[in-house]
Amino acid sequence: MRIALLSSMTLVVQMAIFGGLAAAPAAAGEQSFEQVERGKALVDAGDCVACHTQDQNKPFAGGRPIKTPFGTLYSPNITPDRETGIGAWSDDDFYRAMHEGVAPDGARLYPAFPYPYFTKMRHDDVLAIRAYLNTLQPISNSRPKNELQWPLNHRVFMRGWDLLFFTPGTFAPNPNKSDEWNRGAYLVEGPGHCGGCHTPKNFLGAEKAAETLDGGNLQNWFAPNITNNQHLGVGSWTPDEIAEYLKTGRNVHSGAAALMSEVVRDSTSKMSDADLHAIAVYLKDVNGKSKSPPSSVDQSSNDTGRLIYADSCSACHRSNGTGLPHMFPPLAKNANVQSSDPTTVIRVILQGTRTAVTDSRPTASSMPSYDWKLSDKEVAAVATYVRNAWNNAAPTVTADEVKSLRKQLEAATP
Amino acid sequence: MARKLPSVDVVLVGFGWTAAMLGQELTDAGLKVLALERGTWRDTSTDFAVTFAQDELRYYYRRALFQEPAQETLTFRNSANETALPMRELGSFLPASGVGGAGIHWNGQYWRFLPSDFVARTHNIERYGAGAFPDTMSIQDWGVTYDDLEPYYDKFERLCGISGKAGNIKGAIQTGGNPFEGARSRDYPNPPMEMTYGPTLFAEAARQIGYKPFACASANMSRAYTNPLGVTLGQCSYCGFCEKYGCGNYSKASPQTTILPVLMRKPNFELRTGSEVIRINQDKNNKRATGVTYVTEQGEEFEQPAEIVIMCAFILHNAHLLLTSGIGTPYDPQTGQGAIGKNYAYQIVSSVDVFFDDKIINPFVGAGALGMAIDEFNGDNFDHTGLGFIGGGYIALWNTNGRPIETHPVPKGTPKWGGKFKKAVAENYLKTATIATHGSVMSHRANHLDLDPTYRDIHGRPLMRMTFDYTDNEHKMSDYLTDRATDVAKAMKAREFHAKKREGHYSIVPYQTTHNTGGAIMGSDPKSSALNRYLQSWDLHNLFVMGASAFPQNPGYNPTGTIGALTYWAADAIRNQYLKSPGPLVQA
Repeated sequence: MRIALLSSMTLVVQMAIFGGLAAAPAAAGEQSFEQVERGKALVDAGDCVACHTQDQNKPFAGGRPIKTPFGTLYSPNITPDRETGIGAWSDDDFYRAMHEGVAPDGARLYPAFPYPYFTKMRHDDVLAIRAYLNTLQPISNSRPKNELQWPLNHRVFMRGWDLLFFTPGTFAPNPNKSDEWNRGAYLVEGPGHCGGCHTPKNFLGAEKAAETLDGGNLQNWFAPNITNNQHLGVGSWTPDEIAEYLKTGRNVHSGAAALMSEVVRDSTSKMSDADLHAIAVYLKDVNGKSKSPPSSVDQSSNDTGRLIYADSCSACHRSNGTGLPHMFPPLAKNANVQSSDPTTVIRVILQGTRTAVTDSRPTASSMPSYDWKLSDKEVAAVATYVRNAWNNAAPTVTADEVKSLRKQLEAATP
Repeated sequence: MARKLPSVDVVLVGFGWTAAMLGQELTDAGLKVLALERGTWRDTSTDFAVTFAQDELRYYYRRALFQEPAQETLTFRNSANETALPMRELGSFLPASGVGGAGIHWNGQYWRFLPSDFVARTHNIERYGAGAFPDTMSIQDWGVTYDDLEPYYDKFERLCGISGKAGNIKGAIQTGGNPFEGARSRDYPNPPMEMTYGPTLFAEAARQIGYKPFACASANMSRAYTNPLGVTLGQCSYCGFCEKYGCGNYSKASPQTTILPVLMRKPNFELRTGSEVIRINQDKNNKRATGVTYVTEQGEEFEQPAEIVIMCAFILHNAHLLLTSGIGTPYDPQTGQGAIGKNYAYQIVSSVDVFFDDKIINPFVGAGALGMAIDEFNGDNFDHTGLGFIGGGYIALWNTNGRPIETHPVPKGTPKWGGKFKKAVAENYLKTATIATHGSVMSHRANHLDLDPTYRDIHGRPLMRMTFDYTDNEHKMSDYLTDRATDVAKAMKAREFHAKKREGHYSIVPYQTTHNTGGAIMGSDPKSSALNRYLQSWDLHNLFVMGASAFPQNPGYNPTGTIGALTYWAADAIRNQYLKSPGPLVQA
């Protein structure tokens, strides 16, 4: 089972740490242990394992397909294997890749590898990551060839992309803000690379800088706005609630599902409480592109939506939309539900989803799929209803939007 | 030839609720635990999603959650002078199959047994003299007392989030609870469910004629609850699909909703589904179990060695596996010698249907354990002098469901089909309720389980043979209960009511209850019981047998609460006594 595999994977990682320690010179032991620990924490914060693992029994050995609008990339092996991994790289090679997005042979890396974020990391932190990766079990594993569209399949093309969109540079603390704020900013903008999903991209896949953390659409999900916007973001969440969400996958407002449930499982749940709180403090100070909330769409004639809600949704989410905090997410005042982009709302109704499972919140509550039960019109009606009932406010969802997403997802039809 | 696998600390045979509890307890103790389950994996989100969980045809009529007779069945006869024949369809009781076992499809009716139930033999003889019951009734004490089990009942109630009202806290009788229950250390973790109209009418009538009705304790959540393991259950939506269904709302306590989310994440726990244990292996001296042999769905046979073997299957399978593995001495009803297969018992149920003209009951607003009951006539809560029987049962009005295919209440004399039938259903569906009696079945020398001399299962083993009938004691007791239920029905001032007494021989065909008990009973003497007071085999000290197979006779309550308490009691003994010094926990 996947769960069993993950547990054994953790064990392998732990063994690797201690195995690595045993081999280290005694005199350097103290310092390198601290460095390796710090490196591991950063690797957790960066969720490196997510992209760099395909086979759960071969953590960090790469080969996972990364689907982008430009084709499919395969993540490289970052274990210390000399032939297929990064064992032969020097520390300088590693820093250059992280800081400049350039491989040891001078080839440009693709920004699916988030070097536009990692560039902000301090030199000593990058070397700590390297020190930790060096303790991993070397695994021989070659990745498949990338399948990118012309001209992007030529790495030289990326030189232009970098010129246009990428400026190397380490994070500069803001002296007018607290240490905690700066720690949070560093984690969010650097190793955590939150903008990778939560910031919208332009047609070439680069961040729209003016809309930082305003929410982005990827892989047919909408990664929500995580700015302090009251209506669309985490404005109504307290810093403690943000930290709780990242640590446990749940809080009274929401539950992490889909891609974010993997992020919680593999990354944020392993981070320290202090770092999570720092992230929360920072996010509460990101205002994003200010948007005034739309007005509610009148639901008095949406009998279809109201009745489907009563029949199919209210048992868990309750008739007044309050849900069961920490178990079944409340829909009333739920920013995710009211996102300007309804992709996630439609998708969750069509295909269902499973909430993140963590040690402190082990119950895997799930939303079942309704694709086989509800027509495009019905999904649109109930989605519009939940987006506008209980003083929620969001644009109407159309049957065409549902139809299009259903097709892209190859979801079932009634 | 079976392939031999690396040994584990503990192997659990079957993966229902008792196995999940033991898995949790024994992995906490640091042991490597393996569960073998013949059925499939099941989880709320994938197998009982609210989009299809309420499917009567699939779950009730096609029995999606139950044992297929093609996989395993039994032969049956009422008495030894008949020839038992194999059941090609199960009816009277429906053992589960698959992960979670019967814990998935139960109603959630939760009870503790009475203190006197655990000492049924000595208690009845003390109160009514040596002639309290005839020699043909093989009633025995349990070897464990209510006071022993009280902390474990409490622990199980916390695990499940039982919704109810205490009737007796440390000897102080509590208003609104069951005043007859044994003293409990504290109240239930959740308040009783919201009561609907039918049970309320029953309670008013019962109170009028001098009884003390109370809200039944329920494993359907009256509110959201997070148990001590950190697993969260949702609030019940009173949809009326509990018994024979999995709960789509995470609001009925089951292994899936109380333990599995935590247990399945543990690195020292492993579950293999599609793996049917066909034999408990023992060493040459018949002193220790060496492990089990199991067969996969593909027909591959494996030998799984283990330091401790714990049988967690349904009672009929526990008994069958002991018999086919040659463990202990099979019970002989002629001589009364031997313990394996002894004291098979069941329960005896009857009902009184009540029809109103002016009261809308709305039966579809239901839950498996939504009801009011009286307990004046259970166990030895009343004086049996001159009644000619011992034992008893509760009388309750449950509002479990109004499921459309199953529920078509019609007054006596209505045709079974056609226009008049339909008209009667339409007129009565909303205005009918049923008072149920739920009676004990005492053990009887002739009622037992053994191996069939003729019929074999797909693995070539003899089928188990059940020999069972109700005796005079049960009929008298059940008739008495039905009369008392009728008294309440009268007081409900209905248009009409019809008592349905349980008459004649036991029939294995119509569904009655899946509260089968006995076959590997616990006790204080290895000559008359299969297990000691810790559910440890008298014969093989590293073999434990969970479940209602340990009940020496069947009290007048639903068994799950006591099964849970006994499991935690046994788990505690294994953790804190057996692991320190493996060997018999009670000297024979």
